[in-house]
Amino acid sequence: MRYHTPQTFEDAARIAAGAAGVTRFLAGGTDVLVQMRSGLVLPDDMIDLKHIPGVRDIARTADGGWRIGVAVSGAELGEHAALKADWPGVVEAMELIGSTQVQGRATLTGNLCNGSPAADSVPGLVAAGAMVTVTGPSGSRDVAVETIPAGPGKTALAPGELISAITLPPRGAHGGDAYLRFIPRTEMDIAVVGCAVNLVLDGDQIASARVALGAVAPTVILVPEAAAAITGTALDAAALEALAGAASAAARPISDKRGTADFRTEVAGVLARRVAEIAYARAKGHAK
Amino acid sequence: MAKDEMTREFKLVGTRALRPDGLDKVTGRARYGADFALPGMLWGAVVRSPHAHARIVGIDAAKALALDGVKAVVTRADFPAGLTGSDWDIQENVMAGEVALYDGHAVAAVAATSALIAQEAARLIEVSYDLLPHVTDVDAAMRPDAPAIRPGSADHTVPDGMSPNVVSYIEYGRGDLDAGFAEADIVREQTYKSEATHQGYIEPQACVGQLGADGKGEMWVTTQGQWYVRRDCANVLGLDVAQLRVTPSEIGGGFGGKTTVFMEPLALALSRKAGGKPVKLVMSRAEVLRATGPTASASMDVKIGMKKDGTMTAGRVEFRMQGGAFPGSPVPDALKCAFAPYKLPAVLHIGYDVLANRPKAAAYRAPGAPMAAFAVESLVDEMARELGLDPLELRQKNAVEEGDQSSYGPKFRKIGLKEVLAAARAHPNLAAPLGPNQGRGIATGYWSNYNGDTAVSMAVAEDGTVQVSVGTPDIGGSRASIGLMVAEYLGIPYESVRVNVVETGALAINEPTHGSRATFANGKAAVAACDQAIKEMCRRAAADWGIDAEAVEWIDGAAQPAGPNAGKFPPMSLAEIAGRMSDSGGPIAGHFEGIPRGVGASFGTHVVDVEVDPETGRTTILRYLVVQDAGRAIQPAYVEGQYQGGAAQGIGWALNEGYVYGADGRLQNATFLDYRIPVASDLPMIDTVIVEVPNPGHPFGVRGVGETGIAPPLPAVANAVAAATGVRLRELPMSPPKVLEAIRGRRDG
Ligand SMILES: Cc1cc2nc3c(=O)[nH]c(=O)nc-3n(C[C@H](O)[C@H](O)[C@H](O)COP(=O)(O)OP(=O)(O)OC[C@H]3O[C@@H](n4cnc5c(N)ncnc54)[C@H](O)[C@@H]3O)c2cc1C
Repeated sequence: MRYHTPQTFEDAARIAAGAAGVTRFLAGGTDVLVQMRSGLVLPDDMIDLKHIPGVRDIARTADGGWRIGVAVSGAELGEHAALKADWPGVVEAMELIGSTQVQGRATLTGNLCNGSPAADSVPGLVAAGAMVTVTGPSGSRDVAVETIPAGPGKTALAPGELISAITLPPRGAHGGDAYLRFIPRTEMDIAVVGCAVNLVLDGDQIASARVALGAVAPTVILVPEAAAAITGTALDAAALEALAGAASAAARPISDKRGTADFRTEVAGVLARRVAEIAYARAKGHAK
Repeated sequence: MAKDEMTREFKLVGTRALRPDGLDKVTGRARYGADFALPGMLWGAVVRSPHAHARIVGIDAAKALALDGVKAVVTRADFPAGLTGSDWDIQENVMAGEVALYDGHAVAAVAATSALIAQEAARLIEVSYDLLPHVTDVDAAMRPDAPAIRPGSADHTVPDGMSPNVVSYIEYGRGDLDAGFAEADIVREQTYKSEATHQGYIEPQACVGQLGADGKGEMWVTTQGQWYVRRDCANVLGLDVAQLRVTPSEIGGGFGGKTTVFMEPLALALSRKAGGKPVKLVMSRAEVLRATGPTASASMDVKIGMKKDGTMTAGRVEFRMQGGAFPGSPVPDALKCAFAPYKLPAVLHIGYDVLANRPKAAAYRAPGAPMAAFAVESLVDEMARELGLDPLELRQKNAVEEGDQSSYGPKFRKIGLKEVLAAARAHPNLAAPLGPNQGRGIATGYWSNYNGDTAVSMAVAEDGTVQVSVGTPDIGGSRASIGLMVAEYLGIPYESVRVNVVETGALAINEPTHGSRATFANGKAAVAACDQAIKEMCRRAAADWGIDAEAVEWIDGAAQPAGPNAGKFPPMSLAEIAGRMSDSGGPIAGHFEGIPRGVGASFGTHVVDVEVDPETGRTTILRYLVVQDAGRAIQPAYVEGQYQGGAAQGIGWALNEGYVYGADGRLQNATFLDYRIPVASDLPMIDTVIVEVPNPGHPFGVRGVGETGIAPPLPAVANAVAAATGVRLRELPMSPPKVLEAIRGRRDG
């Protein structure tokens, strides 16, 4: 195995583009190193991104959003009061990942690019409308985060491409987001279903919303029908019912050792309802 | 003497003394199995079958052997042929012969100069297989047309016409069953199933083995029983038993799973083939889950007759258990525990030991008792609810006591079930109010406890401190307990006693730390050993005083003249006698070899409050109470630890643990991510009440406390879930999808 420590994303992309065998980028390593230890993945080239200047920065963008470096750990996100105030759902999702030790390493970008349909931070990013900057041998482009996952363990990134930053849009007034996952235990587990809701209020009415589901399809999915079910409502009982129905209808889960398809379908609706209520309360300014 | 001890006031026994191994363990200095290394040591890796059942057509190790650093490859051809019975079973499990019998079954092993090279070499060993049909479910394995796993392995007990996978049949009982059921107001019968679970010890199997061409060997290993490792390795490899010396490391949990060998003989076989270089083998967690012994999965029918007032009139159980591709599921002990808490005029037990394409079961904390308790205590609860009776009162009404004939035969000696039930009733948890979606469950469990081969020696040091050599690795604080008993008995400070867990060369054979025996058996044996030393010390004092040895007695750590007629001499302390022992006749020591009699059984009752999320089926444990008879708690903190640990493991078994096999017969959840043991935040602080009804068979009244505590949680949680949801789950684990489906069934139905 060759271990690389490029100083720029362009260099990282060039190394990746020139590599012939199995290539992995190293952010926190909490997926990659575990996969290596179990013999699942034995990379020929390992490209460590942590030597690139700025990868551990969280910065306010000119328009009031946030730019998050690709090596920012979950613990660092959790300590960032201003970011957490804007996007509590994104941060709480990231903070669910692993243990205290894992939190010191694990990153949003790694979680996204590992390609797990159950990745906890991804529904929150999708609901928030996050963008990612993709850097390749021929330059950079910004794309919506939901275009990256392509199936279990797969991303839409071309060989030689990598993510150089994640950007969250400006929160604006009267907005709130939240994430919940279902696991049989209380921690150290993998989501059987995950759901994130992000909404903006106009008075008591929901002016706009985004709803994303995890672990119920080959990738994290954005569910416009679920958002439509609550948009224009004050999240009354009927709206919550409609939301649950839409979320369950959008779920296309499999049955596996972690849960049956029926279970995931039903719980997707249950979680959507519960998450929407938290996001709504946050948008109203009620701490929850 | 035993009777006097019962009422004695103790100075040390019953105190919360610090464990002597504590500092090493909290500082990380303690050496566990994987911490051992020798110069020139090789590393081993094992090639395992990816198939549930397959004929091994060929093994080609050429590429592996060509790799730089590879020193040896072994297959079954490197082991002696002609073994029979359980020796053959162990050998076959250590290394497959003609057929791989389960996913994870070892088929070859390699030793190399580094762990990485060994793993690479293992990947290069090419094994070709012919797939055979497989079966992993116990009920499916019992069908007459099930794939035959080891045709002809049934013993004489199996009736004609059964599936070839039934290898043993048990039937016994007493009383008139039909009359008993006829006398009942209600007779109910249900079927229950439980999935196999693993002990989940935190420390994977690890050893270093060294074996020369001269047939002399050494092993350093994490184990519950170094003599069992010695015997099993010697048998599997065709060595003389005494030529192998086995030294146990500190142990990171075993719960029964480290009472036998899995990959240990492979380290020795590799060493022998590599010219006697030591070989280290450390299992990964996936190997532990796939290829060491979990407990059995079970399918169980229970039938009980009951009068309207709750009096039980008759009981019948029929248990089917698979313990992997080898005989030896814990069905005999399961049957024994099934009705043990109850007075029953008529009872029948039927059991089947069944083969399936799964790893060879090993002991797991009270083997068989948790499943039995799940089945019987669930049905008792169902019937109590149907009759509108209080489940605790119902148990009190039918509880066995001293002199009652047990369901499985012998009369009970002094036991503490009634005291346990009374203590449970008095606990404040029973008065805690319950909210919506919450429910309370109660269940009782039983374990007979055990003695076994025991050898202990003690010796006095020059300054009057004392060493005790025991053969049982210290898992739950046994050094502390043994140290307390010895110090108490000799009348010296606890800090003056050092308890050593020794290697096989230092004592006669010992059974492992199993059967809840370490404190019971070693305590009794150590007292006998101390008696020898005390006798000798009294003799030395008598010689010094010029009086008869019989006229000297041992009081408060010193030899003293027995009464005024013996003469007037100041007490001669152990330290004084020790200081002069070289001049007064040489070393002073004592030893015991034998099987300490007088085992005392232990009952426990658990009370659990749960809340079930009606929309997701997820169960939260709100409150948990363990009440158990310890006989005597030598060190109460470690008794409480055993109670809490048993409860935690049982809760995991009840809610989320379980082996998951795919249609291909492969284990799907060989990681702690998907084999879901409870994490710390899943459980509340587990409340404990230590009931002490001293065991008259032990000098300090000890019964043994390690195992009973894992039996009640399965039914207690099931009963609580039923109370919270109104639906009864008769299959474990009660994972959220199953609970939600059951709730949904009730909603729709
Ligand atoms: C004990 C434990 C518990 C865990 N619990 C959870 C959990 O609860 N929920 C959950 O979702 N996950 C969990 N995980 C998985 C893991 O921690 C997360 O997915 C984490 O966010 C991965 O981030 P990382 O920085 O460590 O990724 P790495 O391991 O460094 O990388 C992961 C993948 O992303 C790729 N990659 C990294 N950076 C880039 C980049 N800039 N551009 C393109 N590709 C890139 C790598 O090539 C690799 O394939 C757990 C892991 C462990 C060990």
